[in-house]
Amino acid sequence: MSSVAFAPVSARRRRTDKLARASVALLTGVALVPLALILYYLVKQGIGAISLDFFTTDPTGSFLGDPGGIKSAILGTVLMVGLAAAVAVPVGVGVAVWLVEFGRASKLAHAVRYFIDVMTGVPSIVFGLFVYITLVIGGAGGSSFAAWKGSTALALLMLPIVTRSAEVVLLLVPDALREAAYALGAPRWKVVFRVVLPTALPGIVTGVLLAVARAAGETAPLLFTAAAVNATAFNYNDSMNSLPMLIFKNVGQAQDRLVTIAWGAALTLVAMILMLTLLARLIQRRSRLS
Amino acid sequence: MEAGTITPAGERSSALHRSPAARLPDRALKWGLTALSLGVIVLIAYFFIRLIVESEPVFQQVGVVNYLFSADWVPSKELYGALPLLAGTLITSAIALLLGIPVAVATALFITELAPRRIRGPLTVVVDLLAAVPSVVYGLWGFFFLIPKLKPAEQWLADTFSFVPFVGGTVTGPNYFVAGLILAIMILPIASAISREVISTVPPEHKEAALALGATRWETIRMAVLPYARGGIAGGAMLGLGRAIGETIAVTLVIGNAPVIGDSIFQQGYTLAAVIANEFGEAASNELHRAALIGAGLVLFVLTLGVNGVARAFVVRAERGRRPAGMAA
Amino acid sequence: MSDLAAQRTTTVRPAPGPALQPVASPARAVTVERLNAWYGDQHSVKDLTLSFAPNRATALIGPSGSGKSTVVRCVNRMHEEIPGARASGRVLLDDTDVYGDGVDVVAVRRAIGMVFQKPNPFPTMSIFDNVAAGLRLTARKVSHDQVESALRGAGLWEEVKDRLAKPGIGLSGGQQQRLCIARALAVEPDVLLMDEPASALDPISTLKIEELVQELKSRVTIAIVTHNMQQAARVADQTAFMLDGELVEVGPTEKIFTNPDDSRTEEYVTGKFG
Repeated sequence: MSSVAFAPVSARRRRTDKLARASVALLTGVALVPLALILYYLVKQGIGAISLDFFTTDPTGSFLGDPGGIKSAILGTVLMVGLAAAVAVPVGVGVAVWLVEFGRASKLAHAVRYFIDVMTGVPSIVFGLFVYITLVIGGAGGSSFAAWKGSTALALLMLPIVTRSAEVVLLLVPDALREAAYALGAPRWKVVFRVVLPTALPGIVTGVLLAVARAAGETAPLLFTAAAVNATAFNYNDSMNSLPMLIFKNVGQAQDRLVTIAWGAALTLVAMILMLTLLARLIQRRSRLS
Repeated sequence: MEAGTITPAGERSSALHRSPAARLPDRALKWGLTALSLGVIVLIAYFFIRLIVESEPVFQQVGVVNYLFSADWVPSKELYGALPLLAGTLITSAIALLLGIPVAVATALFITELAPRRIRGPLTVVVDLLAAVPSVVYGLWGFFFLIPKLKPAEQWLADTFSFVPFVGGTVTGPNYFVAGLILAIMILPIASAISREVISTVPPEHKEAALALGATRWETIRMAVLPYARGGIAGGAMLGLGRAIGETIAVTLVIGNAPVIGDSIFQQGYTLAAVIANEFGEAASNELHRAALIGAGLVLFVLTLGVNGVARAFVVRAERGRRPAGMAA
Repeated sequence: MSDLAAQRTTTVRPAPGPALQPVASPARAVTVERLNAWYGDQHSVKDLTLSFAPNRATALIGPSGSGKSTVVRCVNRMHEEIPGARASGRVLLDDTDVYGDGVDVVAVRRAIGMVFQKPNPFPTMSIFDNVAAGLRLTARKVSHDQVESALRGAGLWEEVKDRLAKPGIGLSGGQQQRLCIARALAVEPDVLLMDEPASALDPISTLKIEELVQELKSRVTIAIVTHNMQQAARVADQTAFMLDGELVEVGPTEKIFTNPDDSRTEEYVTGKFG
C-alpha cells in the first residue's frame, strides 16, 4: 500500500483472513459460554442450599416438610467410588504393566489394547446393564441392589481410563533405567516394583485421579445397581445413596426445596470433581516424565 | 545373585544358577498379570454374549427386523419397536456433531495457531473443564435453564425457517434440539482435544512453506494445517459421536422421553440410552420388557463399537506415518 | 490481481528485455542494514550490513550457529514466525524497507521467495497442486502453462510431466527440493532465499540444484546459505563469511576463497575450524 515495491495483498484476501480469524476467535468464545453459564447457575442456585446442616443430615425424602441434607449421598459417593478405585486401580495398573513390560507387541497385547479401547467407548449405562444382568438379577450376595454392585459398574468404567493413562506413562520410563537395574542382577519383579512403578507413579496417580473424578459424577451405572436410599448406609451389601443419584431423583420433583437440594448437591459434586481434576493436573505438571 | 541372571527385556529368563524358589516371584508376576489381561478380554466377550442371551426373548418374540424398524414402543401392550429410540439417538447425535464439531475445531485452531502464547495454556484448561462437569449436572442445567430460556428462540427459529424440513411447527419444551445442544457441549472437550493433538503434529515446515509463498495466516491454515489434520479431526468427531450416542442422564432430562418420532427437531423424542434409564425400574418384573431394554443396550453397544472403531482407525492413521490422500485410493 | 502485477512491472522495472529472449527482466537488489536478530535472549545476528546484488547469487558461509540462516529468514520476515524471535534494523528491497510501516508481511513473502533446508512439499497435494499452491492464493484459475513454466524453470518438467496428478511427496528428495523451487518460482518472486537447499540431498541431486542456481540468476536475485564451501565457490558470485552472528567479510567469491582480508576467514575457508 505505502510502497510500490510490493504488490499489495488484495483487499479480498485481507478481508477473508480477518474474517476467518475473527470467526475462529468468536467460536472459541462461544465454546466458553456454556461453562460460564453452568458454573454461574450452579453457584447462584446451589449456594442457598449450602449450610453446615446440609452436609451433616440425611435427606428425609419428605415432600412437604424439611427435605434434609445430603450427608448420605456424599458418604455413599465416597464409599462406592473408593471401593471401585480399590478394584480398578490395581487391575488397571496391572494390565498396563503387563502391556508394557511383558506383552509389548505380541498378538495378545494387541488384543488386550483393542479390548481396553472397546471398554473406553462403552456407554456407562451399558456397564450398568451388564452388572444388572450378571449380579442383580441373580441376587448375588443375597441382595438385589447393593453398593458393591454399583462399585463394580464404576470400576468397569474406571478400568480402561486407568490402564490407558498408566500405559502411556510406563512407556515413558526410559529403558536405560530398566537396563541399569537388570545389569545389577535385579529380578524382574523387583525392577517392576522398585524401579519402573515408582518412576511412573506421579503419572499413574494423575490417571487414577481423573478416573475417580469421572466415576464420581456418573449416574447411569448406579441407576439399577446401587439404586438409592435416603439414610446413610455403611454396608456394601445394601443400597447406598450417591450425589448423582440424589440430583437425578430430585430434578423431577415438583417441590422447589427438593430442587434446591439438587442444585446444592450439584455444586458440591462439581466442586469435588474440579478439585480432583485440578489436583491431577498439578501432579501431572510436577512429574518429570511427561 | 549371580551376574548370569541378567534378563533381556521381554524374554523369560533361564538363569543358570537360580533356584526355582528364587524364580517364583518373577513367574508369578508374569503369569498373574497375563491372567489379569486375559481376564479383560474374557470379561468383555462374556459381557457381549450375556447381552445377546438376555435380550434374546424380545428378538424371538418380536423379530430382529421388527424390533429395529417398527415404530411402536408401547410396553403396556407388549409392543417393542425401537425405531423411535434409534431415530432419537441418531437425530440428537447428528445435531450434536453439527453444532459441536465446528466449535471444537475452531477452539483447537485458535489455541494451537492463533491465540497469543500466554493464554494458550489457560484456555486449554478451561475447555477441558467442560469434561469435568458430570452429565447429571448438564441435565439439571438443561432442565431448569436451557429449556425455558431457549424456548422463545426455538419458536422464532421454527417460525422463521418453517420452510426448512424438520424445523417448522410447534415447539415443545424438551426436544431433540435441546438434547443435541447439550450433547454438543458435552462432546466439545474430547473433539477439541483430539483436534488440538493432530493440529499440533502438523510439521512447522509445512506451515513455513505456505507462509513463505505469501499466504496469510488463514490461507496457511487452509493450505497446510487443515488438509494435514483432517483425518485426525474426523477421528475426534467420531469419538465425540460415540460419546453422544451413549450419553444417558443429561439426554433423558431434556428430550421429553416420548417414544415417538417427532415431526421436527423442536419436538419431543426418546433415545436408546434414555429408555433404559427410565424404564428399567418398572421392567424388572416383566421379562419381555426387560429383554427389550437389554436389546436397546445391545444396539447401543454395537453402535458405539462401530463408531469408535472407525474413530480409532482415523486417529491412528492421522498420528502415524502421513500418507497422501491420493495415494491410498 | 493481474493489473497489480502489471503495475509493478511498469512502475518499477525500467526496461523489460526483448520479448523473445528467454532471459527474464532484471531482478531487484536486497540490502540489509544494521540488522540485529534475537531468539529470546540469544543475540544471533549482530549489527549486520550486507547487500545482495540483483541477478547475482550471494552465498552466506560460516560455522553452524553463526546466524547465516537467521539473516535470510529476516529478509522475508520468516524469522518472526518463531516464538520469542525478534529483529531490528532495515531490510531494503530496492528502496522499500521490508520492515517499514504499512508494509504487509504477506506481500513481502510473495516478492521474496524461500526454499528450505528440508524439502517440504505439501503432503496432501499433487505435483501440479504444489506448484500451483502459491498462484491459487491470488488467482481463481491456474493455467497449465504457468505450472509448466515453473517446473521447467526448476528443471523438473521432463521428469514429472507424465505424473502431475501424483502426490508431490512421492518424488525423490532431490526432485522434491526442485518441486519446492518450482513452487517458489511460480509466483514470480524478485528474490529467492535458499537456506541450505542441498544439505539433505545426495551429491547428484546437489549438483542439479547448483546448476539450477546458475540458471535462476537470470530471473531472480539469490541468497544461498550453505555450510559447504565448495558449493559456495561453485555457485556464488559474491560470498559473505559470518561468525558468531557478525559479518566478518564479504567480497567476490574468488577473493574470499583465495585471498581474504581477514585471518578468521582464511582459517575458515582453509578448514582450520568450523
